[in-house]
Amino acid sequence: MMEELVRMVRITKRFSNVVANDSIDFTLYRGEVHGLLGENGAGKSTLMNILYGLYKPDDGEIYVEGRRVYINSPKDAIRLGIGRVPQLPELVESLTVAENLTVLLPGLHASSGLDYILEVARRYGISLDFDAIVYHLSFGEKHKIELIKGIVRGSKILILDEPTTMLSPWEVNSLFDCISKMRDEGRGIVFVSHRIPEVLRIADRITVLRRGRCVASVTRNEVDEHELVRLMIGTDIDRHTVRDRVELGEEVLRVEDLHVLDDMGGEAVRGVNFYVRRGEIFGIAGVAGNGQRELVEAITGLRDVSRGRILIKGEELSSPRRFRLYGSHIPDERIGLGLLPSFTVLDNIALTFYKNFSNNGFIKFNELKLHTERLVETYDVVTPSLGTLAGKLSGGNIARLILARELSSDKDLIVAVHPTFGLDIASTNKVRKLLLELRRKSAVLLVSEDLEEILQLSDRIAVMYGGRFVDIVEADEADPEKIGLMMSGVMGS
Amino acid sequence: MDYITEFIAMMISASTAILLAALGEIYAERSGVLNLGVEGMMAVGATIAFYATLSTGNIIIGLLSASISGMLLSLIHGFISITIRSNQVISGLALSMMGLGISSLIGRNLIGTPLRNSLGIIEVALLSDIPVIGAFFRQNALTFFSYILTAILWYILFKTKIGIAIRMVGDNPKSADSLGINVYTVRYRCTLLGGALAGLAGAYLSVAYTPTWIEGMTAGQGWIALALTVFSAWNPLYALIGSYLFGGIRILQFRLQPLGLSPPLLSTLPYLFTIISLALLNIEKIRWRIGAPQHLGKPYHREEA
Repeated sequence: MMEELVRMVRITKRFSNVVANDSIDFTLYRGEVHGLLGENGAGKSTLMNILYGLYKPDDGEIYVEGRRVYINSPKDAIRLGIGRVPQLPELVESLTVAENLTVLLPGLHASSGLDYILEVARRYGISLDFDAIVYHLSFGEKHKIELIKGIVRGSKILILDEPTTMLSPWEVNSLFDCISKMRDEGRGIVFVSHRIPEVLRIADRITVLRRGRCVASVTRNEVDEHELVRLMIGTDIDRHTVRDRVELGEEVLRVEDLHVLDDMGGEAVRGVNFYVRRGEIFGIAGVAGNGQRELVEAITGLRDVSRGRILIKGEELSSPRRFRLYGSHIPDERIGLGLLPSFTVLDNIALTFYKNFSNNGFIKFNELKLHTERLVETYDVVTPSLGTLAGKLSGGNIARLILARELSSDKDLIVAVHPTFGLDIASTNKVRKLLLELRRKSAVLLVSEDLEEILQLSDRIAVMYGGRFVDIVEADEADPEKIGLMMSGVMGS
Repeated sequence: MDYITEFIAMMISASTAILLAALGEIYAERSGVLNLGVEGMMAVGATIAFYATLSTGNIIIGLLSASISGMLLSLIHGFISITIRSNQVISGLALSMMGLGISSLIGRNLIGTPLRNSLGIIEVALLSDIPVIGAFFRQNALTFFSYILTAILWYILFKTKIGIAIRMVGDNPKSADSLGINVYTVRYRCTLLGGALAGLAGAYLSVAYTPTWIEGMTAGQGWIALALTVFSAWNPLYALIGSYLFGGIRILQFRLQPLGLSPPLLSTLPYLFTIISLALLNIEKIRWRIGAPQHLGKPYHREEA
């Protein structure tokens, strides 16, 4: 008989008018990895934030080791032996690695407890420079610190929230080794993810959430990939998009020996050469933090070039305005760079279109409204009205609103960064089809960490690692495994 | 006593008030609470200390009541900025004006009253005879206390977990919260400490530096303390050095006047230094190294991103 660690009963949580968790039951046993599967917005993080004391449930009961508990803060959760590894590192960047970790442990002096931390790190095969300031670390290293934090606090229960999001395949393997070790020690581990293959690889039991409800709770052997897809999204959707041949046109974007500095003055892009022609999607694959962000910012005119040239339609790029003349930009930072949350839906659309709808400086609102209504409909943006503040929309609708604005303006160059991040499968397919369609008349530069997306859409693929292109390959000759290895820096061209 | 030693002694005693106030503000700001009410808390502290000492004849009671009055005022600011999560700048400015008003109101009848007992100069045997350095050992008790306090507050902030917790709360409250640190408690405690020290700084002016009460006797020293907080990069040790620099400038205003240097021009120097240090702080590299509190002035609410 398996020993019950956590039982969450009929958990309900509402945010204003959205029901994030609708009477969810969840049970975790000792010595198991429990996959909590669902699409973005299905309510996984909310449920786990309730277990960790970050959110208060509106309704429902929580039992830990059979005892009814009230978890009002992370402090309470930690006392119950619950640890959590957040999706994105929540570290204090100005402190050292050691300071970030020792504060968890008893003792007054700043370094007391460091020996214990070192022992934990050694036991789980995690190596770190404890004197380094967190700010200087890579994403993978920061994630390791969070993992140690989780292990130290979560003596019984450990929540891993989308732990593989930004890790290279290499780092994922060592994470999984670590998880297995903890399972063998008798901890209960919740593995929150929307990545079916990973859940199937590591989980013993799987709970699937859809739109705030629990739709299934099964053991690993009862299900296969197709069944999980069906549970997760409700219907079977063919994820394959057929890429047809498009005639190649002239060169729209040319980048020559480009060097770009990051915020700290270090060289983030170190000599990149490529071109994108009308009629093709040029995909840049790579793990975040390898210079993609700086490269895109340089191409869109948002960051200075330290050496080299960027030519758009043969003209040297000098400002964001220049880029805007010929280009559209779908940024990964949707709120802020993509749209203004305190502006209405209509105003956000007007940001790029006001010139088309103005008369001697006065905006012709009626025409603009009609245009916006059409866009909102075409791109399936669900909004109460055009006067709703953009920041009030859900993540998926915010993404669609940006796409509506950027893709409807018929530019020669489209720069899309993680365009489907956080979207559900149906919207993802729609965006992908749209990009394929758009390449008939435009040149498309696609930057994504989702290798599947890159492989599916791109005509040519560049792999970026450490600020350089490891290789540029034709899509037909691309070998996914080889690209994966190049992304993690294990293999050169 | 030679000229230089005498100058340094004067410089130190002119600096103690801004040092005490800045030490408190460093803790408040390290925890993320910007309290612009220092001037007001100092003014009330000065008045209460004078009044309490005058009526009880006991300086300790005077100092304690000044600290408590500073704490009470900072509690208002804490409630507005931590619990209600309102705008800290406005609340702090209001506190400053309110403090100055309260101090004038209470102090109306104190003008011109002499204080019979005030904090006298203590000379440490032998040490006070050393040239130059001796100046540090020929001061009143509160100034001696400020040396010790600087060392203690520096040690706590950088060498203990209490300090790490405070810096975490000011830098990334979400992270601190998920580690099980109570963001609100830490912020309240730091704000109250800031209030207590601002009150004590005011008391220093009215019962030690110039044992008398006049309206507006803080004369902008609270604002200089705020400038010093930034200038010192939120580090108690640098605040000690910076306070002597700023205090030295104050003394120089009187010394250099006969030479034709305009005192108002010299009195702008602390602010000029602060602007320079702010400009330097905006260089991101330096900002990170120093650890300027990233969430300074921003309220924290758990269920909001």
